[in-house]
Amino acid sequence: MHPPSLVVTFTKKSSVKMAKLTSLFVILLSFFRISEAVFEDQVGKFDWRQQYVGKTLFAHFEANTQSSKKLFVATDKNIFASFNSRTGDLLWRHVDKTGPEGTIDILLLHGQDALMVVGDGRLLRSWDTNIGGLNWEAVLDTGSFQAACFVAIQDTVKLVSVLKKAAISLHYLSNGHQKWVENLPDSDAVQYQAVYSGGEEEVYVLGVVPNSHLTIIAYSLEDGEIIKQRSVEASWLSSVESSCVVIGQGVLMCVDPATLALYTLPIQAEETPEFSQILLQSLDLEVSPGFQPVLVSSQPHPARSPLSEFFLQLGPDHHVLLQLNADGYTIVPLRDFQPAFLVSFATTGKKTVAAVMTPKNETACAINLFSVDSGRRLLDTTVFFPLEPNDGKPHALYVHAFLKKDDSVGYRVLVQTQDHALTFIQQPGRVVWTREEALADVVTMEMVDLPLTGTQAELEGEFGKKAAIQDGLFPMVLKRLSSQVTLLQAWLAHLWKLFYEARKPRSQVKNEVTIETLSRDEFNLQKMMVMVTASGKLFGIDSKSGSILWKHYLENVQPNAAFKLIVQRTTAHFPHPPQCTLLVKDKDTGLATLHVFNPIFGRKSHIALPALPRPILQSLLLPVIDQDYAKVLLLVDDQYKVTAFPSTKNVLQQLQEMASSIFFYLIRSDQGNLSGFRLRKDLSTERIWEVVLPTEVQKIVAVKGKRPNEHVHSQGRVMGDRSVLYKYLNPNLLAVVTESTDTHPERAFVGVFLVDGVTGRIIHEAVQRKARGPVHFVHSENWVVYEYWNTKSRRNEFSVLELFEGTELYNSTVFSSLDRPHLPQVLQQTYIFPSPITTMEATLTEKGITSRHLLVGLPSGAILSLPKMFLDPRRPEVVTEHSREENLIPYAPEMPIRTEWFINYNQTVARVKGIYTAPSGLESTCLVVAYGLDIYQTRVYPSKQFDVLKDDYDYVLISSVLFALFFATMISKRLAQVKLLNRAWR
Amino acid sequence: MASVPRLCLLLSIIPTILILCADFACCNTGRKTGDGLDTDFSGFSVPLEHSFEVDDASRFRMRGALQLRGGRETSVSLSQSQLSEEDRNTLKEVAAVDGLYKIRVPRVSLTDRQTERQMDGYLTAFVRACSLVESHLSDVITLHTDVSGYLIGVSIVTIPGACRGTEVEDEVDLEAFNTTLTIIPPTNAPQPETALFIERMDIEHEKRGKPQEQKSFFAKYWMYIVPLVLFLMMSGAQDQSGGGAANGGGR
Repeated sequence: MHPPSLVVTFTKKSSVKMAKLTSLFVILLSFFRISEAVFEDQVGKFDWRQQYVGKTLFAHFEANTQSSKKLFVATDKNIFASFNSRTGDLLWRHVDKTGPEGTIDILLLHGQDALMVVGDGRLLRSWDTNIGGLNWEAVLDTGSFQAACFVAIQDTVKLVSVLKKAAISLHYLSNGHQKWVENLPDSDAVQYQAVYSGGEEEVYVLGVVPNSHLTIIAYSLEDGEIIKQRSVEASWLSSVESSCVVIGQGVLMCVDPATLALYTLPIQAEETPEFSQILLQSLDLEVSPGFQPVLVSSQPHPARSPLSEFFLQLGPDHHVLLQLNADGYTIVPLRDFQPAFLVSFATTGKKTVAAVMTPKNETACAINLFSVDSGRRLLDTTVFFPLEPNDGKPHALYVHAFLKKDDSVGYRVLVQTQDHALTFIQQPGRVVWTREEALADVVTMEMVDLPLTGTQAELEGEFGKKAAIQDGLFPMVLKRLSSQVTLLQAWLAHLWKLFYEARKPRSQVKNEVTIETLSRDEFNLQKMMVMVTASGKLFGIDSKSGSILWKHYLENVQPNAAFKLIVQRTTAHFPHPPQCTLLVKDKDTGLATLHVFNPIFGRKSHIALPALPRPILQSLLLPVIDQDYAKVLLLVDDQYKVTAFPSTKNVLQQLQEMASSIFFYLIRSDQGNLSGFRLRKDLSTERIWEVVLPTEVQKIVAVKGKRPNEHVHSQGRVMGDRSVLYKYLNPNLLAVVTESTDTHPERAFVGVFLVDGVTGRIIHEAVQRKARGPVHFVHSENWVVYEYWNTKSRRNEFSVLELFEGTELYNSTVFSSLDRPHLPQVLQQTYIFPSPITTMEATLTEKGITSRHLLVGLPSGAILSLPKMFLDPRRPEVVTEHSREENLIPYAPEMPIRTEWFINYNQTVARVKGIYTAPSGLESTCLVVAYGLDIYQTRVYPSKQFDVLKDDYDYVLISSVLFALFFATMISKRLAQVKLLNRAWR
Repeated sequence: MASVPRLCLLLSIIPTILILCADFACCNTGRKTGDGLDTDFSGFSVPLEHSFEVDDASRFRMRGALQLRGGRETSVSLSQSQLSEEDRNTLKEVAAVDGLYKIRVPRVSLTDRQTERQMDGYLTAFVRACSLVESHLSDVITLHTDVSGYLIGVSIVTIPGACRGTEVEDEVDLEAFNTTLTIIPPTNAPQPETALFIERMDIEHEKRGKPQEQKSFFAKYWMYIVPLVLFLMMSGAQDQSGGGAANGGGR
C-alpha cells in the first residue's frame, strides 16, 4: 500500500544519462514509471497554479516603516495569509478548517505577533509574522466571542483580553497562559459587547441592556477583581458594538439615529451619572434620510488612550471629521467631507493622518491625506484609484503610512472592492498590483475555443454561403487570389518572427497574451476559461498562461444564487461571435435572470432577453440551432410553461415541428419525485411519466446525465474469444444517487438508480448496504463510478457499474429510448480506496479513442489520475487465458494510489471543489482545470502522447542521419557509376 | 363473425402471466397461501389504469387489477379485460397520430402494514401507441420496488418496440393484451471481495512457498547422510569382525 502522503515524483532528465554510474539510481528509477511522471524541466511548462485567499475581513500592515513589505490578511475562507506588498505574491498562507469551526473572529497585530481568535471564541492563537509560524495556541472557555483587545502594563503591551458572552479572560502575550478569567455579573440580562483598555491599571467591560441602561465594569489587571461597577441610564441605546466608540481620555461616544444626537460619557469618572447629549443640529450636521450614522475612531497604540478625533458618517458618501475637546463634552467639527466614499485613520510614529477617498470623475477616485489635528490637507498626497466599469465599487480602505526621510508622511493604500478584489496603490498613484480574490470561490466554468486568426477567418468567410450568392464568378476568383496572398504574407511574417526570436535569448522572449493577440493555436491547446465566481464576477482566463484577459462584475447577485453557464454558440460560426449565457437563479425566490456575453472578450451582448416573471425550474440546451447558429435554450417555469431563448420565428417554427420529440425531466428532491414531460406544439408541456422515491426511506442527493460533448469511439469491447460485447450507450440515461434517511450504520444505504430520462424507465436499481455519503460519482459512456463511505468497515470504497447490451445489438444504426425493450446487462464491482476524496471527474478527449482516466481530487490537495482500467467490473477473480488476452487486470480488492499518478506533483490545490475537463485538438491530450481555493490548470495524456513527438526528440540526430544517408547514397551511386564505366572501358 | 368476440367478452377475465421474483436470498419457508398465518400476506389488489386519447389529454380508465402479494416472496399477477371495440378504434386513431399510451398504478407499499399501504399519487409510464398496436398488444410491464417494499416506478415496453408503420389488419389481434408482468426489487451492490482475494493469495503463496520451505538439515541431506552412516556402521562392523577374524586368525 502506498502512503497517501504526497511524494514529489520528479525524475531528473539529466540524471537519466548519469544513471549508468550508479546502480542504485537505476533501481530507484525502476520504481517509477518514468514516462508517467513529470520531468523537472517540464514543471510549469504546461501547467500553472494560482493561489487565493478569499474575501478579506481583516488586513494589517507590518510595522510602519517605508521598507516594510508585509501585509497580513484574514479572510472569510478561514485563511490567515501574508502578502508581499511590493508584488502581491503570497508569502505564506494558513488554511484552517472550513465552516464555523475555523472562522476568524478577530485579527490583532502588535509588533511581531499576530493574535487571532478562531471558531467563535474557541481558540486564541499567536503567530510569528516573520515566518508565519505558530507561537502558541490556547484553548478558551466556551462561550461566544464578543470582543478582544491588547492590554498594556506600564507602557508595554503584555496582555490580551478576550471578552466572551459570559466571561472575560486575560492572557499573556508571550506564551498564551491565562492570567485570570472572571465570570461577568448578570450575563443573562446584560449583553457585554466591548472591552477597553487605555493603558491604565484597569480593563473596562461595556455591556448593555437594550433600551434600558449601560453597564460599565472595571476589572483590576492584577487579579481580575471588580474595582468599580455602575450602570448608566440609556434608554435609547440598543447596541454598544454598532453605535459606540471610545475616544480621547476614555470617553464613550455614542450616536443615536432616532434623536439625531451624540452622547458622551467618561468611562472612568464616577461623578458623572449620565450621558451628556449633543444634538447634531447644534453642530450643523444633517443625517441622510434612512441612514444609520456610523462612528469611526482610532487607537494608535494600545498603551495609550485613543485619539480625540473621530469620523462620523452621515450618509453613504458623507463623512465629517470631529474633535472632542479636552473638557470631554464639547465637539468641534474639523472638516466636512462630501462626497467621500471611505475614510480611514493611519498612524506613523507620533503622527496620525486621515485618508479620505473621494470620487474624482467617472473613471477614478482620489485619495488624500489630512492632518488629524487640524483637518488640513497634506500637500502632494493625492493618489488616484482607477474605477473600472467591470469592477465593483470600493468597499474598504487600508492605509499604510510611514515617515519619509524628510519627516513628511508617505503612504500606500490597499483598496478592497465589492467584488473581493484587492488593489495596492503607491504614491504617486501607481497601481502596484491587483489580486482577484473572487477566484477563491469559483462556482462553475466552461472552456471555449479561441477564435481563428484574422487571416484564417477571412478564408472561412470566403466560403460563406451569403458571399457566394452575392458575388459572381470573377470576383470570387479575385477574392480567392487575394486571400491566398494574405495567407502567404502572414506565413512569411510568422517565419520572420520565428527567425528573429530565435536569435534572442530565451528569457527575453515574452509572449504577452492580450485580447488582441488571441488566436487559436495549431492543436487547439490554448482555450479561454470562462469562470463564474460566487460573488457574481465573471472572468476570462487564458488557459495557457493563466492571465486574466477580461472580467465582468455582475452587481445585485444574491450571495446564495445558483449559476448555470451555457455555451450557446461556439467559436466555429464565423462571422457570428461566440455566445455564452449565464443563468443566475435566486435560491429564495427561484426567479432567474440571464446574462448573455461574448466569452472571448467578456462583453455583454445586446440581445433582447426574454422576460422571466416566474420561478424557473429547469433549463435545457437543445441541439436545435437558429439561423444565427445559436443553440436554443429552453427555460421551464413553475407552471410548466416553456420559454425559448432566442425566440425568433425561425426557432418557434422549428420547435413546433420537433415538439413531439422533445422530452425533459424534472426532479424535486424534497418530494423524491422524478417526472418526465413532453413538449406540445403550443410550448406547453404534458407530464408523461412519474417515478416517486418515498422520502421516508431515501432522499435524492444528486442526479447526473452524460456530458453532451462526449464521444465514444468504440461501440463494444472485443473479448478473449473474439466475440464483441456491445456497450449500452444510452445518451438519455440519468444516474440518480440517493442516501437513506435512516443513518444508523447497520441500516444506512446508498441507492443508485439508472433512469432513462425520456421514458422514465428504471434501467437498474442497486443498493449499497451499510454505506453513506458523501457520494461522489461520474457518469460517462456506459459506466457509472461512485465513491461512498462504508459504515461497517469504516473505509472509502469505489464501485463501478457497467452496462452492456450483450453480444448482439438491438438496433445498431440509431439509439432510441422509445425502442429499446430489453434491459441491459449490468456488471458491478467494488474496491477499497485508501483515501477520502473531495471531487471526481473523467477525462475527455476529442474523439474518445484515448483510454479514460478518472481525475480524483483528494483532501490533501493532490489530484490523482486513476486509470479507468482499474475500475472495470470484468476484472477476473481468477486469471484465465481469455482474460489475459483482453488485458484485464486480475481483481484486487484494494485500489492502489501510486504517487506518480498525481498530476499536480507538489502543486497542491487547496480545498478542491471541482475538476473541469475539456478536449483539445490533439486526441491524446485532455485539458484539466481543478478549482477550489486555488486554480490549477494542466494537460493530461491518459494513453501517453501517441500523436506528439517528445519534447526532447532529437531532430539534429534524425536529420543528420537522413542527410548522411542521402549523401552516402549519392556518393556510392557516383562511385558505382565510375566503377561501371571503368569496367566498360576494360 | 361477431359471436366470437362476444363470447370472449362473456368470459371477460383472462388471467395472464404471473411471474414471481424472489428478492431475498432467504429460502422460501414453504408455507401455503391458504395458511391462517399468511392471511396478512394474502395480497391485495390495486387498479391498473390506462389512457390513450387523440388529443393526448390524460383520461385514465380501468385496464385491469393488479394482484400484489408482499412478504417474503413478492409476487404480482394481473387480471384484465379485453379492449372494447370503441377502445380499439381510439387506440388505432391515437397510433395514427403518434400519440402516447399511458398507464398508471397507485403508489402502494408491499409490506404488510395495512394502514400505510396506500399513499397519494400515482406512478406513470408510457409507450408509443403505434408500437403497442404493431406489437399486437404484447407489452412488458415492470414494477420496481425500493428496499422497504414501496412501489417506486412502473415501466412499459412493447416487443418489438419499433413503429414501422405496418397496418394491423386483423381486429382480433387488438382484443386481448398479452402482458408479461414482473416485479423487480433492488439488487444488492457487491462489497469488495476481500475474503476470496486473501484465499487466492494464500493459495498462490502456498504454491510458491512449498519448494522454498525450510527443511531440516537431515531431511535435506538424508540421501547423503544415510549411506554415510550406513557406510560408517558397516565399516565399523567390518572392522570389528575383521579384527575378530584377525584375532581369531592369530589363534
